[in-house]
Formats: sequence, C-alpha cells, structure tokens
Amino acid sequence: MKNLDKSFGLVIAVILLVSLLMPLGNLLLPEGSAFKFSAYSISLVGKYWCFALLALSLDLVWGYAGILVLGHSAFFALGGYVMGMYLMRQIGDRGVYGDPLLPDFMVFLNWKELPWYWQGFQHFGFAGLMVLLVPGFLALLFGWLAFRSRVTGVYLSIITQALTYALMLAFFRNEMGFGGNNGLTDFKDILGFSIQSDAVRSLLLLTSGLLLIIALLLGQALAGSKMGKVITAIRDQESRVRFLGYRVEYFKLWIFVFSAMLAGLAGALYVPQVGIINPSEFSPINALEVVIWVAVGGRGTLYGAVIGAILVNYAKTLLTGLMPEIWLFSLGAIFVIVTMYLPRGLVGLFDHWIRRWTAQRQLLTPGAQEAGL
Amino acid sequence: MINQGVVMEAGMVQGMDTVIDSRHGTILYLEDVSVSFDGFKALNNLSLYIDAGELRCLIGPNGAGKTTLMDVITGKTRPDTGSVFFGQTIDLLQLDEPAIAETGICRKFQKPSVFDALSVFENLQLALKTNKSTWATLFSRLQDEQLARIYEVLATIGLTHLLDKPAGILSHGQKQWLEIGMLLMQDPKVMLVDEPIAGMTHQEVERTAELLLSLQGKHSLVVVEHDMAFVRSIAKRVTVLHEGSVLTEGSMDDVQNDPRVIQVYLGE
Repeated sequence: MKNLDKSFGLVIAVILLVSLLMPLGNLLLPEGSAFKFSAYSISLVGKYWCFALLALSLDLVWGYAGILVLGHSAFFALGGYVMGMYLMRQIGDRGVYGDPLLPDFMVFLNWKELPWYWQGFQHFGFAGLMVLLVPGFLALLFGWLAFRSRVTGVYLSIITQALTYALMLAFFRNEMGFGGNNGLTDFKDILGFSIQSDAVRSLLLLTSGLLLIIALLLGQALAGSKMGKVITAIRDQESRVRFLGYRVEYFKLWIFVFSAMLAGLAGALYVPQVGIINPSEFSPINALEVVIWVAVGGRGTLYGAVIGAILVNYAKTLLTGLMPEIWLFSLGAIFVIVTMYLPRGLVGLFDHWIRRWTAQRQLLTPGAQEAGL
Repeated sequence: MINQGVVMEAGMVQGMDTVIDSRHGTILYLEDVSVSFDGFKALNNLSLYIDAGELRCLIGPNGAGKTTLMDVITGKTRPDTGSVFFGQTIDLLQLDEPAIAETGICRKFQKPSVFDALSVFENLQLALKTNKSTWATLFSRLQDEQLARIYEVLATIGLTHLLDKPAGILSHGQKQWLEIGMLLMQDPKVMLVDEPIAGMTHQEVERTAELLLSLQGKHSLVVVEHDMAFVRSIAKRVTVLHEGSVLTEGSMDDVQNDPRVIQVYLGE
C-alpha cells in the first residue's frame, strides 16, 4: 500500500514537472539549446497526456467496476468533435470559401444555413459544457438500457464495440453535418489566440497535464471512498451487493457516466493539439488500443493506466516512425505477453520487484549488523 | 458539502425503517408457491409460514428446493404462481432484490459471498444499514454510532484482530462468519442463512450455534443446513422439504421419527 502511494505521487510529480518544464524550455530558451523543445514535441507530449486521461477513464469502469468497455474511444471522439465544432466556428470568415458563418465543408455541400445542432458552439463556455454533457448523455442512455437489463460481461463489451462502430459509420456520412470523411480540421484560433503558436501549444500541454493530475487525484479519492468500495464490490460479487440493498445498476451507471465525461474531456484537449478530428477516432481498433494501454500499465490502479498509455504510445511513435507496417503486430504481441505473463501489468511487476527487494533487505540487515559487531 | 451529506444520511436512516405488520405473529407468508425451470418443478405448491422471532430450520435432500425458496423470498427468482408476503402488508413479489433487502430481509449465500478485495472492516461498512442511494453513498462518512456498531459486530463474529486484512485471506469458516456479520450490520428482521457451518471446525460450529441461538427473538431466522447434529442443537421447529413442497413440520424428534422423512432420506 505504501509502495502504491509512493508510485502514485511519483507519477503525479513527473507529469507536473514535464508539463511545466517543456513549455518553459520551449518559450524561454534560445534557439539551438538542447532543451529548446520543439512545438512538435510539446504537442506530442500533450497528446500522450490526453491518451493517459482516456486510459484512466477506462480504468475506472474496467479496473474498478469490472465493466470491460470496448468502445470507450467513442466518448473520447465525441468530446473531440464538440471541441472541433467550437474550433470550426472560431475560423469565421477565414475559411477557403470565406463564409462568415458556415464551415467550408457545409458551403461545399451547398448548405444554406447552419444546422440547429451547430448553434451555440461559437461560445467556449457552451462548448466546454457540451464536452462533458454529450458523452455523458450517451453513456447515461446506453448504460441505463444495458445495466437495467443486466447485460454484463462479454455481451456488454460487444455492444459497446457495436456502439462505437455505428457512430463511426454515422460520422462518415456527409449528411450528418460533421464534415464526413474529412472530419473537422484547418483550425485557426482557440479563445482568439492562434492555435499554432508556441504559447498556446504550451498552455494546452500544461492544461492537459493539470487536468490529468486532477483526474488522478479525484479517481484516487473516489477509489478510497465508500462509493469506490461499493463499485469494487460490484466487480467481485454483483449479486451480493444487490442483496445488501444497493441498486447495482445505478452505481454502474454513475461510474460509467463519470468515466465517459472524463473521456470526452480527454478528446476535447486532444483535438486542438493534433489539429484534426475525423470519424476514424471512432474506429473499434482505437477502442481496443485503449484497453491494451490499461492492461499493459495494470488495471485497477489508475496511475498504471496512465503509465501504460504513455509507454505504449511512446513505443507507437517510435515504431511507426521506423517501421510503420509492424506496429499492429507489435501491439498484438504486447497484448498477448501482458495477458499471459503480466496479469497485473507493469505496475504489478514493479510492485513485485519492490516487495522482493525490501524483503531481501530486511533479511540481510540483521545479519549485516551482527557481522559488523 | 461533506457535512450536508452526513446530515442527510442520518435523516434518511430514521425515515427508512419500514413498518412490518406482524400482528398475527407471522412475519413471512408463502402460499402455494410454484417455480419451474424448463419443466422441472423446483417448488411445487409450497406453503410456509415463519413466525416473528422464531428460528426455523429447513432440511431436505438435495434438489428439495431449499435454495430456490430463498431465491423466491429475496426476489432473485419470480415464482410462476403463489404469493409471498412480508408481514400482512408487504407483497414481496412486487419488489426487486435491493428493495426487499431494504425492508429487512437479508440472506447468507450457500457459498460464502464476501468481497475478497476489500478489508473485513470495509465488508461490514458496506453492509451497514443506511441510505444506499448513489449520492448518499458518494458523500457518506461514518458516524460514531455506526463505527461503534461495526466494532460491536466485529467482536460478535470474532474478527476484530483481522479488521484491516482483505477478506480474501480469511479461512472458509471466517468468511462464513464475516457474511453473518454483514447480515447483522443490516439489522434485519428476517435472516435467511444458507448452510452456515460448511467448512467450519468443531469449535467454530459450536460458536455459530450459540450465535444463531442468541439472535432468535430479535430476528426471525430461517436456517438451511445438512448437518443434522447441528440442526438438532439449534432448532425448535424443523421443516422438511421434499420435491419442492413441505413434507412435514415439527420438532426435531417428531421429524426424525416420521416414516416419510426416513423414506425420503434413505430411499425405498
């Protein structure tokens, strides 16, 4: 338990340091300095933080509540689209067609006016609210139907995968009004500042880092609360919890909605840093990747999910740069290895090593003292 | 915010006590209950009445319907026909599992069902009788009297020295006790106890008998057990189930001398 708290603190400290020092290096150091981090690397790390937040949100439902969601990236993508809509409205008349109101793709489709569901997204506050509400509402609706009918296990996993697949197909359609195939891109400003500028990129990295830390702390507080205990209990003995008088479906719904909102937030931070959101974010393969991040890091610890997401994505960045064709095979291999040999993920492995090391030291210390005397 | 949560929780506890009308002395009524699974009649026109405060033992060969009976009472299984009432007024067939648990009927499973990943203390904390809605749970803080109650139950079930250990490391017998402790935390009116002494040592069995005997009067208990010596040591009244209906009912001596019971247990 002590080890766990220490590792938790360490992970938070590293995230905080990186989120502060990288922007400082980028903004303050002169050209040519070794720690003059490029805009590219800043956005890359910011992207990792977003993935880490997504992994953390999945760990809440999978690691704690035992609900394996194979479509969690749907909530991430929805949050991303909401942010994308705000960023599209920010472009104003600077689009290729110069329409003051309509985004380029709508002009291209010969649309004459802005659809009703695009109203209000020019306001950052409204969009920010929707970043949480849209994924939250979908999770509420879906979870209510699924948990009330007591759909569990592999059936639920498959339905969630179908959900994200259905959303992907829907968002591919031009008639949906979200840019179809191309999605939303060519963003210019966020809150009136150029999205390409180093300062904005730095701030986005810092914001993502801070929100990730807040989510980690919130998640840990939740796990330690009675709520967290009930949710863990549901994972292990669902019917027992029901016979204790808890409405299991409401608890599952609660954590599912909370988690979907976090995933949406992660997506909303991701989009301005990568500059595009398109329907491929809904693809089932993305959703499966998130599951692998969490499994690699070690589920049910929160910081394990964060470590897993960062390491796997770092490996992905390296490998897709060197040999893009082998990435999916490597990912599959990682999953097989983790499932077979590391059921508790990397965090479980470190924990095991630390335990063994302390045990050995305790064995050695009295002997060493006697030798000295 | 946190204080508000506590105040709300305390208020709800008081308002939550359901009034059970047991004026006629009977607390649990099952009448003509039938349950069939794919044509197999697990319960066949079963009628059973449990008095308030009584300790009733249910025996019967495997497949007699003992566990199905508990499933029906606790809302896990809906009977095809028949009626199940708690007191004079509460129709249990209209309620689901959490609602039935809230009225004050609780259950120990045949296989000890404790939360292995949680500590002994946390297991009892979750069982504690309080407002169990999501928001109340989110903001819940243990109050002094609730804490005292947990320690009281810990002492009763003899697990005080293991309170911070995960329930997963307990022995089979200790898990059985922990689950009985979780029942006590709910302050139930009716306790359905399925095979409480499986896996217990001789001393543990004796202590369990003492514990169950001390609970009667305050709670109504229905105990399912195969161990006849144990049943003899606790039961005043025994109900024998056979093929989904009540075969006979009476004192342990009456029941054991009943030729029909002997036939059921020993075969033709």
